[in-house]
This record gives sequence, C-alpha cells and structure tokens, in this order.
Amino acid sequence: MPVKVVSLKQILAKPSPTAASLAPGAPERDLRLDLFRGVALWLIFLDHIPQNVVNWFTIRNYGFSDATEIFIFISGYTAAFVYGRAMRERGIIIASARVLRRAWQIYVAHIFLFTIFMAEIAYVAATFDNPLYAEEMNILDFLKQPDVTIFQALILKFKPVNMDVLPLYIVLLLLFPPMLWLLLRQPAFALAGSALLYVLAWNFNWNLPAYPNGVWFFNPFAWQLLFVFGAWCALGGAQRLAGVLRSRVVLAIAIVYLVFAFVITLTWYVEPLGRLVPVWLSDWMYPIDKTNLDVLRFAHFLALAAVTVRFVPRDWPALGSPFLQPAICCGQHSLEIFCEGVFLAFAGQFIISEWSGGPLVQIAISLIGILIMVATANLISWYKRMEGRGSATRIKPPEADLAGGDA
Amino acid sequence: MKPLIAVIATIATIVACLAGAARAAPPSPPEQCDLPQSLIDGEIDLTRVMNDFKANHRLYVTVVGSGSSGLSGPDGAHLAYPARLQDVLQQRMAGADIKVTAHVQSKETTAAMVSAMDKILVSDKPSLVIWQAGTVDALDGVDPEDFRASLDAGIEKIQAAGADVILMNMQFSPHTESMLDVSAYADIMRVVAEQHGALLFDRFAIMHYWNDTGAFDLYTATKKYDMARRVHDCIGWALASQIISTAHFDAARMQTTQ
Repeated sequence: MPVKVVSLKQILAKPSPTAASLAPGAPERDLRLDLFRGVALWLIFLDHIPQNVVNWFTIRNYGFSDATEIFIFISGYTAAFVYGRAMRERGIIIASARVLRRAWQIYVAHIFLFTIFMAEIAYVAATFDNPLYAEEMNILDFLKQPDVTIFQALILKFKPVNMDVLPLYIVLLLLFPPMLWLLLRQPAFALAGSALLYVLAWNFNWNLPAYPNGVWFFNPFAWQLLFVFGAWCALGGAQRLAGVLRSRVVLAIAIVYLVFAFVITLTWYVEPLGRLVPVWLSDWMYPIDKTNLDVLRFAHFLALAAVTVRFVPRDWPALGSPFLQPAICCGQHSLEIFCEGVFLAFAGQFIISEWSGGPLVQIAISLIGILIMVATANLISWYKRMEGRGSATRIKPPEADLAGGDA
Repeated sequence: MKPLIAVIATIATIVACLAGAARAAPPSPPEQCDLPQSLIDGEIDLTRVMNDFKANHRLYVTVVGSGSSGLSGPDGAHLAYPARLQDVLQQRMAGADIKVTAHVQSKETTAAMVSAMDKILVSDKPSLVIWQAGTVDALDGVDPEDFRASLDAGIEKIQAAGADVILMNMQFSPHTESMLDVSAYADIMRVVAEQHGALLFDRFAIMHYWNDTGAFDLYTATKKYDMARRVHDCIGWALASQIISTAHFDAARMQTTQ
C-alpha cells in the first residue's frame, strides 16, 4: 500500500492532465476551459449584434468554425467532468437526475429570453413602419396568433433568431445520461456511436422540425458529435490524444489547415480573391454547412484546439493574471453569462436601430456589453463565495469548484 | 432686318446645339444612387442577352419576385424598380426594343416561383430574367437545402429557355435584422449564382452601402412612400448599369453608331 500512497502524493503534487481529470481526490480546475469559454461567450455576444464593426475581430471571419464550436465542445467537456464524477461516485440515477435538472434550468432560461424577445418584437411592431419593408415586416405576423406561437416556443419548435443555442444544449443534455454511462465504460465505443449518428444524420437528413417551417438551425444529431467529443476528451481521451498532439506533423497539418481556412474566408470578403479559388475546390467545399456541423468546420475546430493546446499549456502563468480574470470569470458562469449575452445583444441591437448606429456607438455598445457581462460574472462569484462561507461546515457538492458550477 | 435674322439664327443655333447636347449626354442617375463600381460589376458576361440583341435588336427582361420587388399604393407598379429599370434602359439605349415585364407575387416562396416559371418563360420569351428571391423563404423558415434546390431548378429552366439570369438577393432591412436572419439564404444565392454562371445583383450590400454613406437612412420609420420610391428608383438605375456593363451595350452601341 505505501507504494500507492506515494504515487498518489506525486499526482497531487504535480497534477498531469490524467490525474487532474480522473483521480478523484486531486481535481484541479483547468482554467483554460474557463478562459476559452469566457472568450467564446464574448464572441457570441458580439456576433449576435448584426450591425457591429467590432464583429470584424471575431474568429468566424478568420476561419470556418466560430465561437459556437468552442462553446459546445467545452460544455461537453465540463458536463462529462462534473456528471462523470457524480455518476462514478453516486450512481447513474443521481447523476442523471442532476443532468436533467440542469436541462430544466436551461429550459427556463430559454423561455425567459423568449419573453424578452417578444417584448422587443411587440414594441417594434407597434412603432416601426415603412412601405419599403412591407414584406420584411411580415416577420411580425406571429404576433397575430400568440396561441400558436407561444405554444410552439414552449415545445422548442419556434426559435427566434439567435435563440438556437440553448435548445440545442437542452437536447444534448437530455441525451447525455446514457451517453455518459457508455463513455465511462466503453469510451471508444461511445465516441464511435456518436460519429455514426453524425454520419447517419448527414445521410438521411435527420433533424428536428422547427416552426413554422424547416428544421433546427443547430442540428442536435450533428452537433452532438462535438459535445460527445468534448466529453470523451474530459474522461481520458485528452491523454490518449496527448501523443498525437505533441507530434510536429500534426501541428504542421493543423497550421496549414488554419491558413487554408483563413485564405478561403478572406475570399468571401475580398471579392477579387474569389476568382482565384478553383471551381473544383469550391464545388467540393461549398456549402460549408453550419446547421449540420460541416466536416470542414469540425476539422477547423480540431486544428484550432490542437494549436491552442500546444501553445497554451495547462499551467500557463498568464492564467493567473488579472488581465485574463474577466474572461475566466465569465467562463465559470456560462449559463448566466450566455443568457445575459443574448439579452445584451437584443438590447444593443435595439439601441442601434432605435437611436443611433454609428461605428462609435457600436464600439461603445460592444465594450459596455462585455463590461456588464464581466461585472455580472463577478457578482455571481461573490454570491457563491458568500454562500460557500455561510455553509462552510457543510461538505460542498463537488461540481461547484470543479467546473465553475456550470456544465 | 438682316441683323435680326442673324440674331434669331444664332439663338436658334444655340438652342439647337443645347438641345442636341442634352440629347447626346447620357442620362445620369440621381446623386443619391451613387455606388462603387465593384457593387455593380459582374464577373460574367450576359452572352444570351448580347446574342439576342445582336440578332433581333431587342432586350426583353422578365422580373420574377416577391413583395419587395413591388410597392403597394395606387402608383406602386410605376414606381417600383422593374418599371424604373424599363425607363432607364429606354433612356440609355434609345431606339432599341426594350420591354420589362414584372411577375411580382407577395409572399411567394422560391419553390412557388419555380412552378410558375415555365409559363412565364413561354409567354415573355425573355433574354434576361431578374429573379428576386430569398426574403419569403427566410420569413417562412424554408429549409436552406430546399431553397438551394429550388434555385438550381429555376436557373436551369431559365437557361434552358435561352435566357441569362440575374439573381437579386434580399433588401438590407436593419429594423428586422434581429428577428429575421437572411444571411444563410444570401450565402446560398451567392454560391448558386457562381455555380450556374448567373449574375448576382447584391441588393443587400447595395442598400447597406447607401445606409452607411447616409444616402438613405433605412432606419427611418415613416408611412410615406417617398423614401421607398427613391430607393426603388436607385435600384432601377443600378440594375440598368449592371445590365449595360455586363452585356457590353455601351460598346455595342458605339459599334452601330460608327
């Protein structure tokens, strides 16, 4: 036995990713996850304001994937981290119950956002008129039949613009308990099953129906691959990939692909460059489908992650710096900050269209929005610390500190 | 009497010269319509239009579109961009046989337009179809893949009937932008146009430009038709410029006058 104790001590003293994510007694929060999720939340907020010069800085303009991929991957990672532990320690029933409670919280948050959205729409419908836009104003028609619309929103079929991520997340969590069970026993098999579902969804056009027409903007059967891949990484997959990630060849391929994606993205914005893309390439490449998580997007995210992991190590000193604290703090309260981001994007868009839309106003709205997100995140942290102190004698549930409370 | 005759003759000559000059100078669009050339130019030549014009000295244009291709109100049809396009083309290509026919159905999806396309092509015999699409599909949430398939089918029909295609995308509508996301449909239109050798009239970018430069304040809430009418006028001008430059009508006219 002494041998075992020593090795555990070593693990505690010098946590490798393996030890940190799996050893029950030695959890160390990977602040990189919080950091990148926080940044993703900011980017999602910025991208949700359509007329915004600051959008030029968000990653979707520099490659195929965007903040959504980061958000979903990290969410899968933290969900597996938190609930995987719960499932191992307290069994499948308790863990599943907690996953479902989380899904319910997200559902409530989604409906809350929907209410705010309805208020904005109703206001615009009452105040805006212009014969030039007679056709576009038909979007307000759903206000004429609230009986149908509100019901369709409650069953997640009717989703206004920019309100597609939370329903996706809800479905992913609903499907998560059995997937997590499998991931803990047969991780390779679980990942293969997820990939198979992705392929089948592509082949047979599986998606959930939307109201009034069409399908979900984020196809859960496709996007689950990223979520499950994140979960797989959290449950030991990351170590299995460590060798691959250390290879120079992989790094080179990743960088070449990122540069390729950057050049292609450039051709979307610089018209003359578009002519240089050979026809066979564009025939093969387009469309780069966001709804079904195009393979090119997925690959772009993988390349981005490979390069990031390489240059931002787990013990990166800057993770402790006050400059990164705002992003890390936002990432630690992702559900609240995500919802707030969607709301702030509505509000910002509203100010731009009702009052003034110059670039300076857009920059100001972007900065103020991010400041509000940071302030809220810090406020939530403060509440949690207070409550934690009050119940210091009680043993705290493990997830709050492990994954920043949010999965 | 002689001096008087001389004066009258001089005045008459001057008037004639001025009138001639006025006729010779090409009509120009209102300043408000100014656009960078890059938003008008196309990569593709309208060869079917050019050939038909060479052979028959005519330009028959058919506009197929939904509500945003028209204006309501008593004078709407005359003020909307299809009628403005006809006027501008007639001014700029005096003497040519020019006809613009509009088939505008509000709330019509792209799929419905495709079903109606055969009949329209037979009756109009156009050498150019301007196909405005996408807004209703975005409103109805039509599956983007179905939208793409409809565009493919429609363009193939039009080209098989011997006409060129200009795809026109959505209006830039800042007020509804947070509720109606047209970008996925606009992207598809760009790709489909490129794949089929069709031109894209980027109405979204053009109106965006006018809004950015302050030529039009598209945020304005108004019940009046004034601004809508001027925007349609400018779209008519921009379309005419795109057709004339991509069908090389300026060069063709110079050849006939020489």
